[in-house]
Amino acid sequence: MRTDLASWGRFPTAVEQIAIPVDWRGETLPLVSAPRTVLPFGMGRSYGDSCLNDRGGLLLTRGLDKFISFEVETGILKCESGVTLDEILRFAVPRGWFIPVSPGTRFVTLGGAVANDVHGKNHHRAGTFGMHIRSLELLRSDGSRLVCSLGSNPELFAATVGGLGLTGLITWVEVALKRIESPWISQESVRFGSLMEYFPLCEESDRAHEYTVAWIDCLAPGKKLGRGILYRGDHAPAQELGIAPYPRERALPFPIEAPEWLLSRPTMRAFNLAYYRKQLTRLSRRMLHYERFFYPLDSIANWNRMYGRRGFFQYQCVVPARAAAREILERVARSREGSFLTVLKTFGDAQSPGMLSFPRKGFTLSLDFPNRGRPTLELLDTLDDVVAAAGGAVYPAKDARMSPDSFKRFFPEWERFADFVDPRFSSSFWRRVTA
Amino acid sequence: MRRILVLGATSAIAQHAARRFAADGDALFLVGRRGDRLATIADDLRVRGASRIETRACDLDRIEVHHELVALAEESLGGLDVALLAHGTLPDQKACEADFAKAHAALLNNFLGPASLLTHLANVFERRRAGCIAVVTSVAGDRARGSNYVYGTSKGAVTLFLQGLRARLFEAGVAVVTIKPGWVDTPMTAHMKKNPLFASATSVGGGVYRAIVARRDVVHLPWFWRGIMWVYNSIPEALFKRMKL
Repeated sequence: MRTDLASWGRFPTAVEQIAIPVDWRGETLPLVSAPRTVLPFGMGRSYGDSCLNDRGGLLLTRGLDKFISFEVETGILKCESGVTLDEILRFAVPRGWFIPVSPGTRFVTLGGAVANDVHGKNHHRAGTFGMHIRSLELLRSDGSRLVCSLGSNPELFAATVGGLGLTGLITWVEVALKRIESPWISQESVRFGSLMEYFPLCEESDRAHEYTVAWIDCLAPGKKLGRGILYRGDHAPAQELGIAPYPRERALPFPIEAPEWLLSRPTMRAFNLAYYRKQLTRLSRRMLHYERFFYPLDSIANWNRMYGRRGFFQYQCVVPARAAAREILERVARSREGSFLTVLKTFGDAQSPGMLSFPRKGFTLSLDFPNRGRPTLELLDTLDDVVAAAGGAVYPAKDARMSPDSFKRFFPEWERFADFVDPRFSSSFWRRVTA
Repeated sequence: MRRILVLGATSAIAQHAARRFAADGDALFLVGRRGDRLATIADDLRVRGASRIETRACDLDRIEVHHELVALAEESLGGLDVALLAHGTLPDQKACEADFAKAHAALLNNFLGPASLLTHLANVFERRRAGCIAVVTSVAGDRARGSNYVYGTSKGAVTLFLQGLRARLFEAGVAVVTIKPGWVDTPMTAHMKKNPLFASATSVGGGVYRAIVARRDVVHLPWFWRGIMWVYNSIPEALFKRMKL
């Protein structure tokens, strides 16, 4: 019985979880005695309870970290599901290849990237991670092994992509990498004074650049609402002159659980203002190593400790209309809760095959709130109502509190999905939202 | 390109060390109990860049096959530059107290087997007058605890054996590397609650690789175990026996 397996937001916690390491893909699936269920657990980077299984088993997949094959001409990589994106990048970048879609951290497993159908700054061009999976193998509790792809077992494939690990254990994944010429990203950052300025700027940027994302100062009041900085980038061509080799840095640990005052409203306001003001000119250009561009937070290990003992909530939603995005920002600005880091990204048209896949055309906002108990939860409930009324969705990978009713409105295909859930697999999240 | 024999190649620490050698383009001969697992690792190491992989499924408790096994590895790679011994078991101490057969099995696997393999390897490397022999033992072998002394004894015996072997092979220019990991997050310790002193198999495997390349004598992995063991070993016996460790 292990008590140290937690999710990234450190809320909620689960009890009596049995840790079951899985190290060899060819061997039988270890189960726990019924009625207990199992759930694959990789790096524990899901924020809420979608990677937890209260009073159940967790299949620790990090032992499934072997490569199987790689074609250097085509960039087709087949490897086990517990390999992390960081391990893939270390292997692939020196060979001239890159992962097709990068989430905000490289410390997630390949299986987790599929199970949450993760997205990144190139969603407007490349869609989700799941759209670059050629095939995968699913090991079910009845012992069957099924190779799934758009062509074979297509429905089970659609259930597994974004399926939160509930359809069985993904043992291996075959993913199509993309060609790069250097590990560098040429980045432009553009300051914008309000949300209304963001929309045209983003449209223009999405047409010209592979990667776009914006940081928003969610505490800016009134007409300045939604001001921020848009980052746009592209893979740099073969080794530009004048760039020193990038030293691989060791992540600095966030040493302690931070005291509560660190997250008070004045501190957050000061931080956000300083962040906005640090860029002096409207537009600035930089050449960045891919790690700095894609994974700035990875340079601080355990940054989640910043939120103290009570943990925090991430809230990421997608809404199809500008007005709804605006309303969410207004409500957050009006509330006494503040978000340290608010990120805005426009999703493109590409629709993933995943039944429970989160990304859809529209605007996605990601906010984080320290857990202050009831006031925080009440704010998030009102945001859910705005999102549901707009026909949007909240991201399960980051959720710890949405109601069953909200879940069913966000993911109308959930009943069809439920047919593909392995009877011996479950999660704290799944039991909560289907209750 | 190095030619490397890995004994206990399916152990997590050995796998991670082998990955570092594979990335350098080395040739590896892998020995482990299970052929299917060896095949999985062989594919992995090929993708990572190994110039050549050979495998042999073999139960290393069978001391009578050791001579032939070492000869086969040497012949198959056309010589040996490095031998890494990484197999071992963590026996249930209580079961060993109740039944000596269990303790015997652990002593065979952790000490007698390695001693036999080292005897054959030492003769091969001494003849070549070059190379490196590395063995994964444990900090537990520095001082046996009441709650885990069969394991501690078996690892301590290997450490002692290596000390003598290092002195013998020094003249021949053969390095003998004693590797003492602390707690490592591997299948062997899966049942244990993790604390901040636990290291990943990746980092310890990397440490094994670096120790071999640098031909170190004794290494603690991670490094801070050296300090911990210094303090631990200096506790007077009169006090140590009273501590419930």
